[in-house]
Amino acid sequence: MISIIALGLLVIALVITVNAIVTGVFAARNGSALTLESSRRAALAVFPLLTGVLVCLLILLFTGRFEYAYVYQTTEVDMPFYLKVAALWGGQEGSLLFWCWLLSGFSFIALVRQWKRDRDLMPWVIVVTMFTLLFFLVLVLFFENPFNRYYITMDGQVMSALFSTGFTLLADPSNGMGLNPLLRHFGMVIHPPTLYLGFTGFVIPFAYAIASLIKGRTDDHWIRATRKWSLAAWLFLSAGLVLGSRWAYDVLGWGGYWGWDAVEISALMPWLTGTAYLHSMMMQEKRGLFKHWNIALIILTFCLVILGTFLTRSGLLSSVHAFSESAIGPAFFVFITIVFIASLVLLIWRWSSLGSAYPVKSFFSREGLFLFNNLLFVAIFLICLTGVLFPIFSELFTGQQVTVGPPFYRRSTGPLFGLLFLLMGIVPLSAWGTSTAKRLNSEIWKPAVVSLTFPLAAILLGVRQWGGALGIWLVGLVICVTLFDYARSVGVSARNNHEPWWKAFNRLTSRNRRRYGGYIIHLGIVLMGLGIIGIEFFQSETQATLAPEQSIDFAGYNLTYKGLSVQDNVEGREAARAYIDVSKGSRNLGTITPRHDFYYTAEQTVTLPGLRSTLKDDLYIILVDWMPISSDGATFKIFHNPLIKWLWIGSIVLMLGTLVAMWPDPERKTAALEVKAGV
Amino acid sequence: MNANPAQSSTNSSKKKPFKVNKFLIGGIVLFAAVVLLVITSVKGNAQYYLTVAELMTGKAGSQGNARVSGVVLGDTIMYDQQTLELSFTVANIPGDNKEIEALGGLAQVLHDAAFDPNAERMQVIYRGVKPDLLKNEAQAIMTGKLGADGVFYADELLLKCPSRYEDSVPEQAQP
Repeated sequence: MISIIALGLLVIALVITVNAIVTGVFAARNGSALTLESSRRAALAVFPLLTGVLVCLLILLFTGRFEYAYVYQTTEVDMPFYLKVAALWGGQEGSLLFWCWLLSGFSFIALVRQWKRDRDLMPWVIVVTMFTLLFFLVLVLFFENPFNRYYITMDGQVMSALFSTGFTLLADPSNGMGLNPLLRHFGMVIHPPTLYLGFTGFVIPFAYAIASLIKGRTDDHWIRATRKWSLAAWLFLSAGLVLGSRWAYDVLGWGGYWGWDAVEISALMPWLTGTAYLHSMMMQEKRGLFKHWNIALIILTFCLVILGTFLTRSGLLSSVHAFSESAIGPAFFVFITIVFIASLVLLIWRWSSLGSAYPVKSFFSREGLFLFNNLLFVAIFLICLTGVLFPIFSELFTGQQVTVGPPFYRRSTGPLFGLLFLLMGIVPLSAWGTSTAKRLNSEIWKPAVVSLTFPLAAILLGVRQWGGALGIWLVGLVICVTLFDYARSVGVSARNNHEPWWKAFNRLTSRNRRRYGGYIIHLGIVLMGLGIIGIEFFQSETQATLAPEQSIDFAGYNLTYKGLSVQDNVEGREAARAYIDVSKGSRNLGTITPRHDFYYTAEQTVTLPGLRSTLKDDLYIILVDWMPISSDGATFKIFHNPLIKWLWIGSIVLMLGTLVAMWPDPERKTAALEVKAGV
Repeated sequence: MNANPAQSSTNSSKKKPFKVNKFLIGGIVLFAAVVLLVITSVKGNAQYYLTVAELMTGKAGSQGNARVSGVVLGDTIMYDQQTLELSFTVANIPGDNKEIEALGGLAQVLHDAAFDPNAERMQVIYRGVKPDLLKNEAQAIMTGKLGADGVFYADELLLKCPSRYEDSVPEQAQP
């Protein structure tokens, strides 16, 4: 019954989406208000319809209807409630439906909020978002339907199908297979939806860009109207990436946070081009520059979002993240090709009318440095793309699949990330227009000299790797320049207005949220950089087999193995815990408990590292194995990860900064109210 | 790059083409640097994707690192927790996705290969933490080198358990 309702709603949603597209195109061509209204209503109606479908699937998941293939594959009877919700995106079919739902929700919000202001663009915005939605709906309905059921045929075969095809019986399994134990982690529960929010969020700026191209509007309106969408999408994408790393760090137990896995990279690529876009859109808003570039970047970002979704699902790449191989690969390929070529043709068609306000004059002007920043982001993206596609192209050209691993990415992107950090330090002090290195130098030398204390301190503390010291200097430079510039502005403002510095600080920040939000984001990024430098350059590891009460000295700590407890049948698993006391000198620093769980139904072990995390360093201990019978010892792998905590702290700072930048400006708000009152 | 301020400010108003070239040259230099970076990084780090059969028959020659995919035979897994030396045997599976699909999907191929006495087999030695997903009929993707003794010494070990993700149908399905 429920699945009939759900399927009915899905079909109606599909028909209405097609209707919205067709009427949208007509409304755009003949300008009839009535047709446009019909298109708008159709586009709005899709969201409640898909919400209904989603609720149906949730009901099936909660009530344990295991005759449904999707429910069987992602849940089991005694799974906690929040994991049953997470099962919604735990598999291929559900996550595609979830994608559709988010997409329809975003277009719903955009239509409600921006309808009056952007009426001329709206028909095409509807067409672009609904076309994207149509593609995903077709996938859900015809290729990866979450409402397939299991049937048993006359010869005893079990098959999954949408409807009974005569002479078959509905299967009725009493329990499902449950979510993969590795995914039963809070970070993993919210990582996919966060990432999807970031992915789908870029649809709106893309739709606006395409709408402006078609309408021939060459002003900056599409950028201004979708600035918050871009920022929000970027925020969610960043948060999704960080949550994924945190999950890897907490659960996968290889002592790292990022493995340069093909799927990780395919989520990083839209982040790179999206970040470039966030920077260059400021150039267009403030100075009318980089117009082609902005449209190209948003097209690229959107295509990479689709490519990322495609790479995860096509089975083209081998990766821990991949869903199963499926038939939807070619469909994705066709869709990306259509979107990319159509957008490119539009851009070329409008190329000549999208001129810059003035040419960029010198390398060391702010415009020139922003251009350089954009090129660096695109260069890093191209390196990532090369690496991801390397196996495919090498097979095409040489018949031999050749892959490149993490060392390739580290080596080739490392220097470019370093240059980006350097730019982050320089650009806030650069001047618009015609500028020179000399002029920039005169601004920058003071904070630059102060920042030298960072690497000096590091060297005094025993750092002997020039790469690490250089990285620490770059981090120091950005921090010094940012604080220097902030403090100078606050000082000037406090003196001019005769007010205490904290008042000036508040006023300045709220007046200029975008600038200072950006500064806070930069601080977040360099703090994250500090964590990455810590683990990339200074990580050390050891392994040891310890008898009870035996201890080992490692990285300045004294670790004593106190014992092991193995408990049977704790929530469907055998749970082993080792207890290790940590001390430094005579100070006792507490106990670390690495875990080793064995899930009975899944027949799988999950090794959870024990962690002692401080601002200075992390002790990260993995319980590798133990001898259950003689109980005379256990083997551990121990990592010392300096500074890694700053990666997580930095990411929180980054999110706060983005929120500051997104917060509505008080002046703008009043201006908008006046306009409303005037109308 | 632009050390003389006086010259640059006069140039900017008069000689426009020169300015365009300056950025073009800058762009080309950056592009060349990136290409160079990619090429030098690929050289040391390329891994040839091979099947067990291709590797064992020496089709690959002794060129650099190889990336091999095979099915794990559960009975052969041995782990020395003192030295963290992990040893197991993998059996050959086809490398081509289309071929795997034609044979009934990855889970089926892995299952069949594990029971096929004629499939080429290879011993693998890996030093490190035993991965959680290492078990019978899992797909192992290993990066490393084939030693002269016919044993594959892996530096990196990635495991996939298709049964958890693929269409596996309920076993005790009752009408």
